[in-house]
Amino acid sequence: MERIPILQMGPFLLVTIQVDMHDQLALTLQDDLSERISKTSARGVLIDISALDMVDSFIGRMIGTISGLSKIMDAQTVLVGMQPAVAITLVELGLTLPGVSTALNVERGMKLLQDRVIEQ
Amino acid sequence: MAALQSSTLDAMKKNQNQLLVEWISGLEAGGATRNIKEQDLKQQTSQFLQLIISGLENGNGKNVATSSWDDIRQFLEKLSHSRAQLGQDSQQTASFIFALKGPLFALLQNQYQDSPALLAEQLWEVSELLDALGLHTIRTFQKSREAVIKRQQEELLELSTPVVKLWDGVLALPMIGTLDSQRTQVVMESLLQRIVDTGSEIAIIDITGVPTVDTLVAQHLLKTVTAIRLMGADCIISGVRPQIAQTIVHLGLDLQGVVTKANLADALKLALTRLGMTISKAN
Repeated sequence: MERIPILQMGPFLLVTIQVDMHDQLALTLQDDLSERISKTSARGVLIDISALDMVDSFIGRMIGTISGLSKIMDAQTVLVGMQPAVAITLVELGLTLPGVSTALNVERGMKLLQDRVIEQ
Repeated sequence: MAALQSSTLDAMKKNQNQLLVEWISGLEAGGATRNIKEQDLKQQTSQFLQLIISGLENGNGKNVATSSWDDIRQFLEKLSHSRAQLGQDSQQTASFIFALKGPLFALLQNQYQDSPALLAEQLWEVSELLDALGLHTIRTFQKSREAVIKRQQEELLELSTPVVKLWDGVLALPMIGTLDSQRTQVVMESLLQRIVDTGSEIAIIDITGVPTVDTLVAQHLLKTVTAIRLMGADCIISGVRPQIAQTIVHLGLDLQGVVTKANLADALKLALTRLGMTISKAN
């Protein structure tokens, strides 16, 4: 079955979405990620969606849900590399993802995570 | 329905020159010749008359949509296009054709002095034909005018949305004019694209040039701000004039979560501070 890989980098988990997200894939990712966070007790999650150039309302909501659930499991979540078209679509759909941290690229997202974890 | 008599056509052919002279003087009297060179007018009128005669010769009836009137339609399209470019209004353009009625009717009256029934019939035929041609001119004139307006609108849209780089990592967008949905879309797209291209962390939207802020404009601003945040950059709105601040408060608009500054300098200062930079006087 198709899966989105979750990579571990020290205390952080790295999720890069490189394929077109379809509904089942998003649900699987949600399950996998929560599983991995609890297993590795990760302090932060970085979700890279720079390769995602199309979203619908379901995927938009899933992105919000995934960020939200990692936060509840005490892992800081940063969403990085959103394409302009995706951002516009989400705003037009009314999905403003409140409470989700964002960064321009993976490098800045990593820095943001590190700063946050050190702060705690 | 009765067709145009061949005698009418003959009369038109025979008296072409006289028709032309009367037509042009009619045009000049009506003031429809302003901005048009005399030479051009002469050429256009004689060409039109020739085309109408050849159209009647080949043509079957006065339905100007048929192929026998192709030439004259093309001529009229060109004519109304050039009139639109010259900035003439629709009335001036239409009177080019309608001014031919006077001389033509006079000619017919002369021709059919003895038979009023035939005269009335022929007048009706000619009148219908000229009306159809006139309407066609107006239609194409309108189309060319609309094309001109559309082009200008697009140019305005392009011109009014420059994204400038103020500092490494700081972009600014000076907004001028009213914000509508279409402009917001263009502004949002170009700003977000520039953020991606330059990797800028902070975008400043300066609304000094926005005359009024109502609920709709505020909503558009908020959309842009949210999109910028989703991309992972920060947004500062600057240039909030006192009247605008009052309007926003009176309208009860919620700009929470949006950093606003009174002017661009303050916004730039904040941006530099966030980037960890300080400005000091040189010794």
